[in-house]
Amino acid sequence: MATLIRQSLRLLAVLTVLTGLLYPLAVTGLAQWLFPQAANGSLIVRDGRVLGSALIGQPFSDPKYFWSRPSATTPFPDNSAASGGSNLGPANPALADAVRQRVAALRAADPGNAAPIPVDLVTASASGLDPHISPAAAAWQVPRVARVRSLAPAQVAALVAQATEPRRFGLLGEPRVNVLRLNLLLDAAGAAEPARAVAHVPQFP
Amino acid sequence: MSANALLRIGLYFAVLLVLVKPLGAWMALVFDEAPNRVTRTGAPLERLIYRLSGIRADEDMPWQRYALAMLVFNVAGLLVVYLLQRLQGWLPLNPQGFPAIAPDSAMNTAISFATNTNWQGYAGESTLSYLTQMLGLTVQNFLSAATGIAVLLALIRGLVRRSTNGIGNFWVDTTRATLYVLLPLSLLLALALAAQGVVQTFKPYQDVPLLQPTTASETVTGPDGTPHTRTTPVATQQLPFGPAASQVAIKQLGTNGGGFFNANSAHPYENPTPLSNFLEMLAILLIPAALCWTFGERVGDRRQGWALLATMLLIFVPLLLACTAAEQAGNPALAAAGADQTASALQPGGNLEGKETRFGIVDSTLWATATTAASNGSVNAMHDSFTPLGGLVPMWLMQLGEVIFGGVGSGLYGLLAFVIVAVFIAGLMVGRTPEYLGKKIEAYEMKMASLVVLIPCALVVVGTAIAVLAPAGRAGIANPGIHGFSEILYALSSASNNNGSAFAGLSANTPFWNTLLGICMFLARFPVAIGMLAIAGALAAKKHVPPSAGTLPTHTPLFIVLLACTVIVIGALTFLPALALGPIAEQLGMFAH
Repeated sequence: MATLIRQSLRLLAVLTVLTGLLYPLAVTGLAQWLFPQAANGSLIVRDGRVLGSALIGQPFSDPKYFWSRPSATTPFPDNSAASGGSNLGPANPALADAVRQRVAALRAADPGNAAPIPVDLVTASASGLDPHISPAAAAWQVPRVARVRSLAPAQVAALVAQATEPRRFGLLGEPRVNVLRLNLLLDAAGAAEPARAVAHVPQFP
Repeated sequence: MSANALLRIGLYFAVLLVLVKPLGAWMALVFDEAPNRVTRTGAPLERLIYRLSGIRADEDMPWQRYALAMLVFNVAGLLVVYLLQRLQGWLPLNPQGFPAIAPDSAMNTAISFATNTNWQGYAGESTLSYLTQMLGLTVQNFLSAATGIAVLLALIRGLVRRSTNGIGNFWVDTTRATLYVLLPLSLLLALALAAQGVVQTFKPYQDVPLLQPTTASETVTGPDGTPHTRTTPVATQQLPFGPAASQVAIKQLGTNGGGFFNANSAHPYENPTPLSNFLEMLAILLIPAALCWTFGERVGDRRQGWALLATMLLIFVPLLLACTAAEQAGNPALAAAGADQTASALQPGGNLEGKETRFGIVDSTLWATATTAASNGSVNAMHDSFTPLGGLVPMWLMQLGEVIFGGVGSGLYGLLAFVIVAVFIAGLMVGRTPEYLGKKIEAYEMKMASLVVLIPCALVVVGTAIAVLAPAGRAGIANPGIHGFSEILYALSSASNNNGSAFAGLSANTPFWNTLLGICMFLARFPVAIGMLAIAGALAAKKHVPPSAGTLPTHTPLFIVLLACTVIVIGALTFLPALALGPIAEQLGMFAH
């Protein structure tokens, strides 16, 4: 028994060095060398200032911006220090109430829009940090954003297209629109002539 | 289901099945007792590890010693994870200055990772230091998976060897599984994930500005004792970092499943793109599927391995389709509240509460089914918010005993326990002594196999009863009504089958839940593994019986159906009453009006 315990502890120590120290350090070294942008959080940097992460959603409620998906994180939405979903059950009345309130808020911000509201725009994401909305959810918001910003809907729709990521290999995942990227494009389009401003926003991996 | 959905599911199985043979053959080679080109190349490193550990690699252990070595090694690992959490405040690589974890939570997490369950009572980004994640969790991700493979290897030796005492050397099996299988695969996957955007860095968390500042609202109790809402402006969000890619890779490959971040693989830093999602899903079933091939190769009849894999797919595929259909059909309550759940080219539609846009319905249900068929337990969507029928599928897959793919090694040895039960039943039908692969199955093996099959079932049912009766158990419930019972049933099913996924609304980080689930995880892992080692020892001591006219062949469609029915009947008989009170009742209620 004593031999077994001694052997256990020594093998555990050796394999800990191998799998808990050398392995993560090797991956860190290689990843930092080969993919520094991706391994360091896919940060969006403009003129030396960090504007956010391309992968982490931000909350929006101003009608001039495209809104992200609802987020269940506390104490504020899209709190990236405390990821998580609502975990509301499908029959929980609190879920239906939350959806009704979100529908009402979206309709209040754009009273003239009678189109049905895409489900992803009124349901909380799993991580609470979803950086994307569906193309349908973006299309639903185009009239509102165009009106508030006094832009042509076609111009806004073109920016949406620019921020849209297709299915990988035309097959994997879902087509989606990166909300933070889209709103940065919008702000840039409002501030200067679109073509030049757009060039400032870094491309996504 | 749309053409894209079927194509995506088809591609997943195609890639998985194509990889079964090369990886299965590789593992058959590295676990071969006779030296070969691979093990000769690695021999110097192996010898160094054995010398540093004071291990004699040529020791052939009887099953009792093998079991004791496994138990001591895993309990030692468990204690290290516990101590790391308790002492992390004084240890380096803790840029956020996280304090010690509470004893009950630390013990729960330690058991959870040593048993390959990886139930996530903790929230990674807000409680664990980088050092704890690496030296504690990452290490146990490797070693618990290697332990599962080791026990399977011992069982295979029991079937192959004749009239002998020894079933192999636990140290060598564990070392080889880590060195030749888990480490190289993890290294490849970790780099692929880092390229996609999974973070891998030691820098501290970083505050970034919000484009549109928001407000935080918290409920605080005022001086007069009345609660009120306090709002404060928020202009930044804090991005969490850490060595995530290296841990996520082995978390997926080793059927572990404990997340680096709280939201697990729904977190964009843990699973950023559809491609990273595909790779992580593939990694869930990869080794369990390939081990079927290794099994066939080692017992000298590849058809035996294919038969086991076919049994797994026979149960897995219909349940996957059922789960996908239920989630795509959506939730009538969302439709009534004004949400459009129709699938189109512009939106996935369906029940998107608790799901990520980039994964939609299909990638979420494929993941949910794979992660609960295998005892992985990682999630990329919140199972608690699935429709009742959609949530029933992952729950029942766990209750089947984690043998449909199951854990790395442990899934296959669990299924082999069902094989013993199945040949026994077949033997009763025709009135002959049952045998499997030339070994007679007698009373001792049958008793052990029954124990192995029934221990997890008993833990789920008894544990659920305790939790439902105890006020401290019911206190954890998040959702009212029937769904609250489902949360409890899911938690016990997960812990008692070493899965680790959750209906995460349940507040399980309390002394009651940490203790109850900790006991279930421990008893579901080690007594079951020891039971299988006892079978291995008994089989190794037996002579080989040549097949006769009365031998039931175990590679035919007939046997595949018999085995699948055995698994399903035991799972259904044990759990149908509980499921009827939970998800089935909820589904009927939801669509009744």
